[in-house]
Amino acid sequence: MFKKSLLHTALNTRRIKSLLMGSLLGSALLTAPAFADLAYVSNEKDNTLSVIDLNTLEVKETIEVGQRPRGIIFSKDYSKLYICASDDDTVQIMDVATGEIIDTLPSGEDPEQFSLAPNDRHLYIANEDDALVTIVDTKDSTVLAQIDVGVEPEGMAVSPNGKIAVNTSETTSMLHWIDTETYELYDNTQVDQRPRHVEFNKDGSLLWASSEIGGTVVVIDTSNREILKKLNFEIKGIHPDRIQPVGVKLTDDGQYAFVALGPANHVAVVDAKNYEVVDYLLVGRRVWHMDFSADQSKLLTTNGISGDVSVIDINKMKVIKSIKVGRYPWGVAVLPADKISSAQAER
Amino acid sequence: MPLLMEKAKPVFLAATVTCLVGGITSYSTTAEAALKKPKLEVQIHYLRMMPKVRPVLSNLMPDPKNSGQAGAELGIKDNNTTGRFTGQHYQLNSQHFTSEEAFLAAVDQVINPDALILVDAPSHLLAKADSRAKDQGALLFNVGNSDDSLRTSQCLNNTLHTYPSRAMKTDALAQWLATRRFSDWLLIQGPEAEDKAYADALKRSAKRFGSKIVLEKQWSFDTDLRRTAQKELPLFTQGPDYDVVLVADEAGDFGHYVPYNTWLPRPVAGTQGLTPTAWNKVVEQWGAAQLQSRFEKQHQRHMNDRDYAAWAAIRSISEAILQNKQQAGEQHKALPMKQFLIGDKFHLAAFKGHKLTYRNWNGQLRQPIPLVQPTSLVSQSPQAGYLHPVTELDTLGFDQQESQCQLHKS
Repeated sequence: MFKKSLLHTALNTRRIKSLLMGSLLGSALLTAPAFADLAYVSNEKDNTLSVIDLNTLEVKETIEVGQRPRGIIFSKDYSKLYICASDDDTVQIMDVATGEIIDTLPSGEDPEQFSLAPNDRHLYIANEDDALVTIVDTKDSTVLAQIDVGVEPEGMAVSPNGKIAVNTSETTSMLHWIDTETYELYDNTQVDQRPRHVEFNKDGSLLWASSEIGGTVVVIDTSNREILKKLNFEIKGIHPDRIQPVGVKLTDDGQYAFVALGPANHVAVVDAKNYEVVDYLLVGRRVWHMDFSADQSKLLTTNGISGDVSVIDINKMKVIKSIKVGRYPWGVAVLPADKISSAQAER
Repeated sequence: MPLLMEKAKPVFLAATVTCLVGGITSYSTTAEAALKKPKLEVQIHYLRMMPKVRPVLSNLMPDPKNSGQAGAELGIKDNNTTGRFTGQHYQLNSQHFTSEEAFLAAVDQVINPDALILVDAPSHLLAKADSRAKDQGALLFNVGNSDDSLRTSQCLNNTLHTYPSRAMKTDALAQWLATRRFSDWLLIQGPEAEDKAYADALKRSAKRFGSKIVLEKQWSFDTDLRRTAQKELPLFTQGPDYDVVLVADEAGDFGHYVPYNTWLPRPVAGTQGLTPTAWNKVVEQWGAAQLQSRFEKQHQRHMNDRDYAAWAAIRSISEAILQNKQQAGEQHKALPMKQFLIGDKFHLAAFKGHKLTYRNWNGQLRQPIPLVQPTSLVSQSPQAGYLHPVTELDTLGFDQQESQCQLHKS
């Protein structure tokens, strides 16, 4: 990675500097007793990933990837990172240990968000421009099925038991329920305008879905697809139209749900048991997606317009730092410290 | 797989005369399992009176012949993709006219009870169509006429406007100019009636947002500016100091030659230069890039403001049918639809970062207005800090107390 980047010296002195910093930090880490979690952030308008060390809360590396990277997701053993390179119409596979792109998958046009089935093989990809969900087998790079869904498919999630996949279509304002054995839709749920993201709870009994323009989040019973609760948000001094829920993350212990509220520049903290909003945390501008540190003590948010990542300490329920990354950070995925290979640590 | 089809689904739309129970066509096999719903056929008409094309100094970028209709076609496609899952199917019948007689004959032919019609026509023709819509119980959408009087005094009670008024556009520009403190304006007005209307809208906006027109000039030159702009315009724009030059030249005759040729080195805005518009290629925020690319794929050109207005009208119809749960079986009928669209339950996601709603007094679709120059978005109004008790979007255009229209009481 480092050598390769040296070839671009004339263009890229700024990036080289950050890499130098990164490699110094890297060698410091070698002597440290344990590695830190690493957060990978996709920078939509820089064609890069920023890698953040979650102990020091600094960017330790910047990796060049394909055009307009958005959704990113690790394989179950964290050896590979799948990257939606939207403007390349492909999903790239990065070898996490080396930081090199080793392969690409056929993804359909303009892949934006995706979800990896629990079998670690099947990727469910939303193709924004084509009203399709494409299912790809990552082992042999074949397309298993393409499913017609509504206009502008976006959010994608596979249930923990692998039996259900759910896609949101933004302009149709629907959740499409896909049977993962037959690859057929078996139900559709109408929700408020512009559904962006879906997230199953840990046991798969509930599905949370955000509606960006509707300004709401619904919690759905996955057994009968009935809406149990619709959450509304209200922040003093912020016009209701600017409250636009996008990303949703749930803690494994079932206690909290976090909802990124887009141009309201806040994350809502929701008690996931009684569905009450307990707090609003001010983060960077246009907050979209989030991920937890491995022990779920920290939550990271991508703030597109301010070009940074906010770090929320969940025990204190406070924003403790914002970290400058590339332009238009979009997705974030955390690599746990105990999954970092020695090869990667030596880089 | 015990999950399949457990839930008995309520029949979403009660059968009506236009409802074809049992569905017509089969779609892709993957979707079929979820799609056994009775089907509602919705016919939408689009009527456009083609504007008289005036000779202009430069016709580098002529208006596409299918301006408006192309957006309607994309709206129909979007509606039908959604309709596969919700049980509606939409059809468009588009007609273009060059004679008023033919236009009015078509008005008589298509404006029937419960008809849904998009109209792009001058005010006097739109008023005639509206009066027939009133007699017949039909609903019109104005998708191309920006006449302020249609929103203030000449109220059309069976017409909603998805195309912004001139006042909305000039208010959007004036807010931004005020934010930048470009408050002394030189105004150049073209010779046509619509240029005067635009200049009048600018004058109102100047007053409203605290700017001053320090000099007003009428454009009357008949020289070919492509050769002589460099000589004529600096002299023409001499006068007291101004911060910005405002141009009212809707047909694009001389206005393109004003930028860089002013006596003082000042920016140019209005119908040319920095332009307020409902839609433009450069709008890409809030998911707009997706709408742009769907449009470009279908039509091999960029989407313009008329296309956007027609698209928004067609999408409003579909969303009204889906969102109006109270009037099952009536949602697609013109008058329940009109009442629902101007009510407080309806909103439209339309790629402008706000949910869009209709003003219930004059039927105008509230919407943010992008301020564009040829290859970039400069800003989008309303500007931060312009507050309003109901919605900031009502800082653009005529507010309720400035309008005599009472659509909600009609």
